Amino acid sequence: MKQNRNWPELIIESLIRATGYSAILFVALILIFLLREGLPALAEVKFADLFSNRWYPIEAHFGLLPLIGGSLIVTLGAALLAVPFGLATAIFIAEIAPRWAREVLKPLVEILGGLPSVVLGFLGMLALAPLIRTTLNTPTGLTAFTGSLLLAGMAVPTLVSVAEDALDAVPKSYRDAALALGATKWQTIWRVTVPAARSGVLTAIMLGIGRAIGETMTVMMVTGNAARLPTTLNSFFLPVRTMTATIAAEMGEVANGSVHYHVLFTIGIVLFLISFVVNLTASAVVFQQRKRAERLLS
Amino acid sequence: MFRPYTIGKPASAETHLYDRLRRFVVLLAVLSFLAACAAPSGPASPAPEQVTTIVNKGSDTMVNLALAWAEAYGAAHPGVRLSVTGGGSGTGLAALINGTVDIANASRTIKAEERTSAEANGIDPTEFIVARDAIAVIVNPNNPVSQLTLPQLAAIYSGRITNWREVGGEDRPIVLLSRETNSGTHVYFLEHVLRLGDTKNKTLFSPDTLLMPSSEGISAEVRQNPNAIGYDGLGYVTDDMKTISVAAQEGGLYVLPTIATVNDKTYPVARDLYMYTHGEPSGAIKDYLDWVLGPEAQKIVADLGFVPAK
Repeated sequence: MKQNRNWPELIIESLIRATGYSAILFVALILIFLLREGLPALAEVKFADLFSNRWYPIEAHFGLLPLIGGSLIVTLGAALLAVPFGLATAIFIAEIAPRWAREVLKPLVEILGGLPSVVLGFLGMLALAPLIRTTLNTPTGLTAFTGSLLLAGMAVPTLVSVAEDALDAVPKSYRDAALALGATKWQTIWRVTVPAARSGVLTAIMLGIGRAIGETMTVMMVTGNAARLPTTLNSFFLPVRTMTATIAAEMGEVANGSVHYHVLFTIGIVLFLISFVVNLTASAVVFQQRKRAERLLS
Repeated sequence: MFRPYTIGKPASAETHLYDRLRRFVVLLAVLSFLAACAAPSGPASPAPEQVTTIVNKGSDTMVNLALAWAEAYGAAHPGVRLSVTGGGSGTGLAALINGTVDIANASRTIKAEERTSAEANGIDPTEFIVARDAIAVIVNPNNPVSQLTLPQLAAIYSGRITNWREVGGEDRPIVLLSRETNSGTHVYFLEHVLRLGDTKNKTLFSPDTLLMPSSEGISAEVRQNPNAIGYDGLGYVTDDMKTISVAAQEGGLYVLPTIATVNDKTYPVARDLYMYTHGEPSGAIKDYLDWVLGPEAQKIVADLGFVPAK
């Protein structure tokens, strides 16, 4: 075997292997960097202070709870808006729309996904926020809800594009079999096609939410950045400050190596952990389902 | 371990086309962003025989002003090179005391202890007022409130007054707008309005205060929201907002911020901006300071939203 192998092939193989492993290396390096810059904060700031509910870094108030709460409420809102809307759009494009409509809709949705976030943020600040203030009668239009709406708008194209690909990859024989058994079109979609494309659809949702939680520019422009702890339900219609916006707004001016600098990296670690857990959960769910499917088929 | 999941889709010609199209759009966006970032840099002028370097450091509030001055002065005087950095008034004055800078920028006067340690180092700090900075309080034009006292402003921004009714306005919630915490204006407002100049006072901004990343963010919200109150440098105020007249205390005279009221010190939320040198300046430093106090540099002061010193 070894003698048959020629050099170009060997080089290409090892290159591919190297790029594959480099992804792991990069993630590890980022994590090490975050830990190196962020962990000193745990020694410099009392643990109880990190969990207080006041964020005012120039007077050494480093409570992370309002920021974590802000990020969670905005992301959760975006997910609740984007998942049903995106899934429905993907199902419509893949299963229901006639061919010509599909040819138009898919690229249109994908172009929407390429819209720079600062443009969306500007639109949100000047057009959406005043609209929300007058229609919902909130004190200001710069709210968590405004951020969620725009983030949902950014997550939907990703979600639709990936979910539609997954639905499209379901073999035609599945649908034919369901229809032949007397299932209606809706039953076919909901009971056969979507479950068959489950792992791809889940990936689509994760990518969409991933885009939402990491987004910075848009939320910084439309959520008002008030570091208040969202404890009640109406907090969704009041300003919040997210972790990403805090890092973006404050990192530029902070003194290198100061306590504030280290705490900003601690926020980075928290963000990293959150996206890690989200991805891990998604992988675990897909893995579980695949095992179950294999057991059923065997 | 988890198996990577993949989404299978036969790569057809049209997907490639869409992918390319999408990449192209993203590329366009990235390119336009980069183009916007790359500020036009002047042509590199050949270095003259002898270049005098003036080192200038200090106040972050003044760093844009000092940079604009340095750029204009450097263009007209190729023999002089100005190196301008920020870091804060304290940093600039410390550097002057240590003899590492020629000119320190400060948005406050030198403290007594700083002067003492300077004299111990054989440095004689000499003060020049180079510009003034007024902070205007702005509201929506539809807001009937047109005057407030400093104690009222302190109560509003610390969250003790939350409705416009309490200061003679309509029954509306007050939406507080502020610059981000890294802005010098934010710190000045905290110290001189919220804490009324009392260094022992530990009042903070209300947690409901919206921290806007830019002046434009504040202006946009004030223009369209009748609940909003904001503050910013006088130069950022446009005609479509209403400027509040401020009185230092109850019963005092309500004063609108203008170049005249800032210069005669009747407007209470204003401060002088300083440059400090070692002794009476001479040579290139004297030439530069004379130019800074002259009409050309003072026009730059006005252009950047500060109040000219003369």
